[in-house]
Amino acid sequence: MPLLRIEDLSVRFRTHDGAVQAVNNVTLSVDPGETLGIVGESGSGKSQLAFAVMGLLARNGEASGRVRLDGQDILNAPPKVINRVRAEKVAMIFQDPMTSLNPYMRVSDQMAEVLVLHKGLSKRDAVAESVRMLDAVRIPDARGRVRLYPHEFSGGMRQRVMIAMALLCRPKLLIADEPTTALDVTVQAQIMTLLADLQRDFGMAMILITHDLGVVAGACERVAVMYGGRIRELGPVGPVFADPAHPYTQGLLSAIPRIDARDDELAVIPGQPPDMSRPPPGCAFQPRCAYRRDACDDRPPLAPFAPDRWRACFAPLDELRAGTKAFP
Amino acid sequence: MTRPLLTVRDLRVSFPIRPSGAMPWTRSRLLRAVDGVDFTLPAGQTLGVVGESGCGKSTLARALIGLVPAKGRAEWIDGADLIGLSPRRMMAYRSQIQMIFQDPLASLNPRMTVGQIIAEPLATHRPDLPRAQIRDRVKAMMDRVGLLPSQINRYPHEFSGGQCQRIGIARALIVEPRLIICDEPVSALDVSIQAQVINLLMRLQADLGLSLIFIAHDLSVVRHISDRVMVLYLGKVMEIASSDDLYSNPQHPYTQALLSAVPVPDPSQDPAARIVPLRGELPSPTDPPSGCVFRTRCPRAAARCAAEVPVLAGSDHQTACHFPGPLTAQEIARARTVEAA
Repeated sequence: MPLLRIEDLSVRFRTHDGAVQAVNNVTLSVDPGETLGIVGESGSGKSQLAFAVMGLLARNGEASGRVRLDGQDILNAPPKVINRVRAEKVAMIFQDPMTSLNPYMRVSDQMAEVLVLHKGLSKRDAVAESVRMLDAVRIPDARGRVRLYPHEFSGGMRQRVMIAMALLCRPKLLIADEPTTALDVTVQAQIMTLLADLQRDFGMAMILITHDLGVVAGACERVAVMYGGRIRELGPVGPVFADPAHPYTQGLLSAIPRIDARDDELAVIPGQPPDMSRPPPGCAFQPRCAYRRDACDDRPPLAPFAPDRWRACFAPLDELRAGTKAFP
Repeated sequence: MTRPLLTVRDLRVSFPIRPSGAMPWTRSRLLRAVDGVDFTLPAGQTLGVVGESGCGKSTLARALIGLVPAKGRAEWIDGADLIGLSPRRMMAYRSQIQMIFQDPLASLNPRMTVGQIIAEPLATHRPDLPRAQIRDRVKAMMDRVGLLPSQINRYPHEFSGGQCQRIGIARALIVEPRLIICDEPVSALDVSIQAQVINLLMRLQADLGLSLIFIAHDLSVVRHISDRVMVLYLGKVMEIASSDDLYSNPQHPYTQALLSAVPVPDPSQDPAARIVPLRGELPSPTDPPSGCVFRTRCPRAAARCAAEVPVLAGSDHQTACHFPGPLTAQEIARARTVEAA
């Protein structure tokens, strides 16, 4: 049984310019211990999907559909219920640790607060447990540094503090939203190694939201590619990277310069991502797609086409594989 | 041999830092943001500058166009030293050196139309031009960078991030510079838009014979666009070589660690088998290590590294290291066990 089951999840926001449909009919599941990557560009809906699951949507946002975590319905659950879920089963870490930690509180106080509130520990025990967790995320001299304020840590160490805080209640699922985007590559490598180790040690599942295909390739077992609020392709990372089955995935993979190869000109996806308050009819990618056909004025459903693999596209696979209309 | 467009020798920038809570009579400490940088940039070529936050790459750019006070020499092709020129004399060179910034929207004045933004450098550097001619030039430039000339009266907020970066590029090119300094020009853009802007920059460079100094933290992008690449660490040059040579045959232990950490979009490669972890954290730039600044994190550091500052040696492929060369399997294994402990 999957740990997390998202069914037909949609998220919309009421804004002054009318409704914005950020996420459309997403269906996904995550198995215990699995790492699922969600990739997409700004505005693809990848973060709002996670916020909806966590019950963290902005006030003008509303989610519909169904989200089951460990057998429990959690979408739009009342605060009392979702607070328990966030305490016991799922935790989230964010891109910018400085804005996610309270700058006025010592790390010891903000970490202990979690355990006192959710686990009923005494302050002394809570701090001791916090120190153990800071040790687990390999912060040197955790006992001494637990008394410091967030600004006294470097960016990488701050991200470690946030990870330690998220793991305090031993969640079964960790949602990491661009956890290394603000970090330098060497620090990014440290944090990704740490996350993989912790995931193994704690036996948790992870959803890794990122725009970086390199990070996904190194860390995830499966990947969902989002564009315009919908999943375009879903499958195990190996086959998806080697044999992308959606023109957008294909375009993304050929638009990134590779450090291990030198190419003369980068392939380009022409045009720009869609304005989600006025999405194009049918497939949202069609204005930029080299494989466009009349059928694309209707919306392609996300359908299975090989074991474990799904795609939402009308273009025949053979045509995509031949790359006859590869991006210029 | 033809003269290089820019020859930089021993460029130094330092900032006085007052510790928080310091008494008025406490001496402030010096933060050496750029510490003795040497390089030459031939006309028409691209120099990539890479390094992690705080390595001084942006300060280097700012020093070259006189936005921060610097010491040392930066010799332009005509023999003038750009460092320490009076503002009046610097004006003449400002039109030849232009800059493109990271945040495309933040570097455009929201109250000016695109036409006014792109034309502004002309008003400063070519006040003699009649208005009609300015407008024609602006429109031609918009066309050249892939903007619709009919959008000349629109405001920056009406454009996407990628288009705003094109506006920034048009503004830099309008005065026909010879050198453009690009400070993280594509870092804020989405992958699909990033490729469009990189291709545009490379095409313009080939068409106009521009030189570029391309500063970025994304090592893959830098490899793609650069002829030569310079690696900075704590304000010092660690290694500088042709792009192909640096990426395929890095000599400095820092360059090797840095390159190993870049994620590769290929799931069949195991990152754990590739990455050479760096121990510890970046030392404080106000109190850098003695000798080689990288030695505290280097898997190969020896006694000599603490005693003696390594000089940048070599002819075409230059390395500032007492013991350059590929890391051995043993050294890599040691680096991994230190990190895991």
